[in-house]
Amino acid sequence: MDFDPVFLARLQFAFTIIFHIIFPSFTIGLAAYIATLGTQWLRRGEDRYLVLMRFWTRIFAVSFGMGVVSGIVMSYQFGTNWSRFSVVAGNIVGPLMGYEVLSAFFLEATFLGILLFGFNRVPPWLYVVSAGIVAIGTLSSSFWILAANSWMQTPAGHEMQNGVAVPVDWLQVIFNPSFPYRLAHMVNAAFLTTGFVVLAVGARYVLGGRFVEEGRTSVRMAIALLVVLAPLQLFIGDQHGLNTLKHQPIKVAAMEGHWDGSKPGDLHLFAWPDEKAEKNKFEISIPRGASLILTHSLDGKFPGLKSVPPDQRPPVVTVFFAFRIMVAIGLFMIAAALFGALLWWRRTLFDTRWFLHILAQSWWIGFVAVISGWVVTESGRQPWLVYGILRTADATSPVPSASILSTLILFVLCYGVVFAAGIYYINRLIAQGPRGSAQVTPEPAISPIGGARPAGREAINK
Amino acid sequence: MVSYIPAIWAAILGAAVALYVVMDGYDLGVGMLFPFAKSEAERDQMMRSIGPFWDGNETWLVLGGGGLLAAFPLAYAVVMPALYLPVIVMLLGLIFRGIAFEFRTVSRSKKMWNAAFAFGSTVATFSQGLVLGGFVQGIKVENNAYAGGPFDWATPFALFCGVALCIGYLLLGATWLVMKTDGAVADQARTRAKFLLLGVLACMAMVSLWTPFAQPRIAERWFAMPNILYLWPVPVVTALVAFWLGRSLEKGREIAPFIATIVLFLLGYLGLAISNFPYLVPPSVTVWQAAAAPASQIFLLLGTLLLLPIIIGYVVFVYWVFRGKVKAGESYEH
Ligand code: HDD
Ligand code: HEM
Ligand code: HEM
Repeated sequence: MDFDPVFLARLQFAFTIIFHIIFPSFTIGLAAYIATLGTQWLRRGEDRYLVLMRFWTRIFAVSFGMGVVSGIVMSYQFGTNWSRFSVVAGNIVGPLMGYEVLSAFFLEATFLGILLFGFNRVPPWLYVVSAGIVAIGTLSSSFWILAANSWMQTPAGHEMQNGVAVPVDWLQVIFNPSFPYRLAHMVNAAFLTTGFVVLAVGARYVLGGRFVEEGRTSVRMAIALLVVLAPLQLFIGDQHGLNTLKHQPIKVAAMEGHWDGSKPGDLHLFAWPDEKAEKNKFEISIPRGASLILTHSLDGKFPGLKSVPPDQRPPVVTVFFAFRIMVAIGLFMIAAALFGALLWWRRTLFDTRWFLHILAQSWWIGFVAVISGWVVTESGRQPWLVYGILRTADATSPVPSASILSTLILFVLCYGVVFAAGIYYINRLIAQGPRGSAQVTPEPAISPIGGARPAGREAINK
Repeated sequence: MVSYIPAIWAAILGAAVALYVVMDGYDLGVGMLFPFAKSEAERDQMMRSIGPFWDGNETWLVLGGGGLLAAFPLAYAVVMPALYLPVIVMLLGLIFRGIAFEFRTVSRSKKMWNAAFAFGSTVATFSQGLVLGGFVQGIKVENNAYAGGPFDWATPFALFCGVALCIGYLLLGATWLVMKTDGAVADQARTRAKFLLLGVLACMAMVSLWTPFAQPRIAERWFAMPNILYLWPVPVVTALVAFWLGRSLEKGREIAPFIATIVLFLLGYLGLAISNFPYLVPPSVTVWQAAAAPASQIFLLLGTLLLLPIIIGYVVFVYWVFRGKVKAGESYEH
């Protein structure tokens, strides 16, 4: 294998970003969930909400810490490995990430201090508000970074001067054609990911007969959320794909394994795209299915991979399979949520143990779907880094392969240790449960306005 | 008007980096002091004194990096490849330092994460010193891109800056502990701060002599004729502040030593700024050459002018929430 610097830089970026995105996918949803639990606690004053809130906050702290440190690495990757990219796109991507720092990172990082350490120092409402602010921070962060990424997919609102992209209309830059779809799809993905983790943990408690009350609350809250969000994701994803067909048709051709644009496309349930022979092997397909989905007509045609020369095609196998993994998980999520809701409605949810067993094992599916989705998006954009403007091969830094390779090895080793330890501790926190060792008893802790609280609650309940 | 904007950006980024150095400097200093603590309880107390703040402090580094990309993409694109290895090693150090906070609280055996915390803090600080040294000694640029090799930064001067910054952050960390803790931890920190102050002064003197000798442009900046008339107060004020710091440590003051250390750092920083302005990448790329398109600089400047005061407001608020000393044995629990 020859180590060309572009390949190594891509590998390093892919490795570090995949590691990073694992944590946002979880913390974006979890921050919102914690804030929701806090609000419920303030409104209803039931302990189980506070117990759950404090429990998830500890897990949140561990994952958020890993998200922060791996995110800081990302913001330096553009300079260390992609300095040509920074020159060509820095005028656009830079300010967007600058807004992310100013409107999101400071907010998250500062109020996290109160969420983690302030329980006995601030009144309950401020504690819950801090949780809400952290959640808003994670959403604001998604907004700006996805604007940057979407601009790289579907650039708009700029003009090229001496080979450098210069902003002309910031509103067009931010609200570029793929941004609304990507934002909705990713934020929803993060909520789904968290939903399945909460669901799995709840199911695990119910099955194990420990913390049954908290476990049931978790399962119910998760199913109520997922039964709405999982089908919604199918809808958003469909719209997202139609939009991509308009702006990056070759990416869609790779997702569908569609070679010949002169015929309607089949929906391949399975196939092995052969990039040399320019056709699929071992196809199992629904005839014209892809045309029906993408053009809403059985005779509809859309561009095939063969409409561009091979050096302008993305890696078809990667995109094709990553897309199938994501959609398969999406469909499983819908099925699980709907079935869970059905059982809940028939009041047999907590007696159907085989189903709870499946749920308890499915905490990881959201993460895999998110990573697969990003592989579709990013690999599907190849060979472009900024679509139509800058090729990946032209975007690297003047850094020798040896430097990139040695730092890549360091990243793999360090992240390996961090990840293994992180997973181990999170797992142990979950095993200890909401009433585990280091947990404070909530009652005396409500000190600051604790006395006024029950009276206020009664007044509200009347 | 538009021609001032790059200078405004240079000032904002300069301020962000200064805030980073001072604020994460004390966190990293506490990290480096970790192995010297006598017991697990003392280490708990030290860590609790920075627990609520470190993440926010580190964010100034993200603003420094992100702001550089936004306002001066060319400088970002030159500096990062030039200082590739120290920058990445710094990031790895920050990773171990950062995760140690959470992992240490949830793990049964604290040893491993104590080590990760101290090791990460030291590696990150030393690498920041290398970055500083590599920057001051100049970066080779051709055709708007870095034109040197992967180890151009590795000079005796840069290594010296690495050590010097470690001593500096240790002083910040020690005076922070004097201010924010009590009991044995604070007493030991006070004793150490006295030695560290001597070390810091020696380092500052070394740098002040070394850079003008090695870099004629810096010698000229300070010693050429009208300049010296304006600039002589800088070293004099530095000496006075050092004296104040030493006295306040002797007299058992609690807050003054930390403040004096900050002022000392800012003066050293000012000295560096005087030596290198208007170069963003010495000795060739200036603030104006590296500037982003005006539309980019203005767009983010508006947001900065609006949001930065709010940020400073809530940062101050959080410091206020966690005001007072972390007592031995007490916990903020979480
Ligand atoms: C969809 C959301 C999303 C995406 C696509 C990314 N991130 Fe991220 N990032 C977050 C969502 C997020 C977050 C939710 O805001 C994090 C994750 C967990 C956390 O601690 O904050 C975060 C943390 C985080 C931090 C640390 C912030 C701090 O100090 O508090 C930095 C510097 C970055 N990210 C930078 C990046 C860069 C340069 C990315 C692209 C290459 C990137 N992130 C992709
Ligand atoms: C249910 C059916 C789904 C469909 C039809 C669908 C469709 C799509 C499409 C077409 C893209 C590529 C867009 C582009 O690059 O232009 C995409 C990307 C992505 N998908 Fe899905 N998706 C589905 C389910 C899911 C699920 C369940 C998750 C995660 C929980 C997920 C997470 C992602 C992510 C993170 C991306 C990359 C970011 C983006 O471009 O939005 N998707 N999806
Ligand atoms: C957080 C979600 C993201 C994930 C999971 C992700 C994933 C990936 C992956 C898997 C690759 C390698 C693709 C390949 O080589 O075939 C890649 C490449 C890349 N992506 Fe993303 N990406 C994300 C967000 C972003 C954002 C927000 C940006 C910029 C603002 C970005 C910029 C890049 C760059 C510069 C490369 C390297 C060039 C390349 O190989 O394509 N990515 N990303």
